[in-house]
Amino acid sequence: MASLWRFARKHGWSYAFILPSLLTFTVFVLVPVVWAFIISFQEYSLVRGGTWVTPFYKNYVTAFTQFGGVFVSAIRNTLIYTLFTVTANILIGLILASLIQPLSNWLRTFFRAAYYLPAVTSALIIGLTWAYIFNAQWGFANYLLRLVGLPPVRWLSDPDIALGSVTLSAVLTVPATAVVLFSAAMGSIPREYYEAAALDGAGPIQRWWHITVPLIKSTTLYLVVIYTIASFEVFERIYVMVPSGVGNSTQTIVTQIYNNGFKDLNFGVASAQAFVLFVMIAAVAVLQFRALRSDVEY
Amino acid sequence: MEHAATSIPLSRRKTASRIAWGKIGAMTVLIVTAVIALFPMYWLFANAFTPISGTPPLTPILVPAFKLDNFQRLLGGTKYYANWMLNSLIVALTVTAWHVIFDTMAGYAFAKRRFPGRSVLFWILLSTLMIPIHVTLIPLYIITRRLGLIDSLGGVILPGTAVVFGIFLMRQYIQTLPSELEEAARVDGAGEFRIFWEIILPLCKPAVAALAIFTFVRFWNDFLWPLIVLNKAQNYTLTVGVANLQGEFMTDWGVIFSGAALAALPMIAFFLAFQKYFLEGVRMGAIKG
Repeated sequence: MASLWRFARKHGWSYAFILPSLLTFTVFVLVPVVWAFIISFQEYSLVRGGTWVTPFYKNYVTAFTQFGGVFVSAIRNTLIYTLFTVTANILIGLILASLIQPLSNWLRTFFRAAYYLPAVTSALIIGLTWAYIFNAQWGFANYLLRLVGLPPVRWLSDPDIALGSVTLSAVLTVPATAVVLFSAAMGSIPREYYEAAALDGAGPIQRWWHITVPLIKSTTLYLVVIYTIASFEVFERIYVMVPSGVGNSTQTIVTQIYNNGFKDLNFGVASAQAFVLFVMIAAVAVLQFRALRSDVEY
Repeated sequence: MEHAATSIPLSRRKTASRIAWGKIGAMTVLIVTAVIALFPMYWLFANAFTPISGTPPLTPILVPAFKLDNFQRLLGGTKYYANWMLNSLIVALTVTAWHVIFDTMAGYAFAKRRFPGRSVLFWILLSTLMIPIHVTLIPLYIITRRLGLIDSLGGVILPGTAVVFGIFLMRQYIQTLPSELEEAARVDGAGEFRIFWEIILPLCKPAVAALAIFTFVRFWNDFLWPLIVLNKAQNYTLTVGVANLQGEFMTDWGVIFSGAALAALPMIAFFLAFQKYFLEGVRMGAIKG
């Protein structure tokens, strides 16, 4: 008893400080993570609870085969969206940050703010604004086409185009975080490097390519990871731009989880699909970890 | 970067003109990108502030009429818009208050205090950092249901308090603070909670500001989880309500535009007022976008 008292006196406050966070973390993160995995091997009813399925991988088979394999299309769509969005975000972020770097403080702040402004608005509202732009009847995109004498496009209802339109909207949304982080990383590169290179006769583009780009590699890697994970999770944009979906062409992993889980109440299959998403994100995180470890540049 | 070119006198004039053109080109790219970045939001506001009662005109409205007709119909015709705004405010403020206080506490414990289990607990928290809510939606729903919180703001708020990111942010920041003040206070006999409240918390202002802004914006904008938890129209948060306007006001686009614009407005104002802290927060790794 006495030693327990001593322990409580010595460490009690430490545990008290972390207790509230730990409590909600356990109930709303830790338990759900483990439970999500368990439910992916169960048939779950809100009334009767979970029963194991046989064979144990049944939900995973269903996940990939139901409705003519729509989940396979959803993964493909998600990957296509991710590939274009991440590539564009990184390139655009890098170019814009490089271009604002030599500007005066005032201009730099101005442009950073202009690029950042849309990012403080919810993904939902941003999605809505793009849905208006791509409206087939009165949207701005078709107005531009009309101006140059082209026929209107069914941006969000043509199954061959809809995913492209959604992706284009993401590509054209300036990657604010990338601009700010690249810009901060570039600001911390010592000026002497550039001066020395200039004395050796290197032009601005050479200096950019041989000094700036390699020295901000860890920022690039970080941004690739957060943008990739964010793109894997794309939902809001799809939900408002193509509300009822255009066949299979605009399904993504999260819209599938949402439909299976909260429209069809098929919790087991939805959890199996959620686990697939988890594995994809974990793979990206592991890749980042390994890349960082092998990075001996600094 | 550009001055160095002047060290090559022979082609000095040519280089100078090339730099001038380069500057004009760079400015053009920056301005065009800024226009593209801001246009969708601008167009939404132009439409919202121009009276539209049916389908928007085929020739896009590019200059707003600065009239509030749409907003009047929005606030008069939708029963619950004000409720949604209030709900979003309650959710965002509560979750923010929680994170400011308890993340700082936990961050302080992990940064400065030694106790058994510290590294194991920290490791467990850290390992879940990358797991998005999308993976745990199903059990989260079941748990929230069992707690009787479906269709209530509590069901939106409580899972929001479990986001651990702030703990890392605060830990990282508090690690850089010197320990002397804390120890001096302890020698003077100050209680542990007082040390936290009166010494640590005030020192954390910059990090707390970034955390508060990040949390507020994130939960004001949150959509997927409130969409799942909230059922009745009067309980919606703003994002869920706005997403539903389109179904309800199929033919009155003025209402839809003004509803979306009014939902975006507070964050835009908030950003313009606290711009410095936002950009600082992004650099600290607190804000994504």
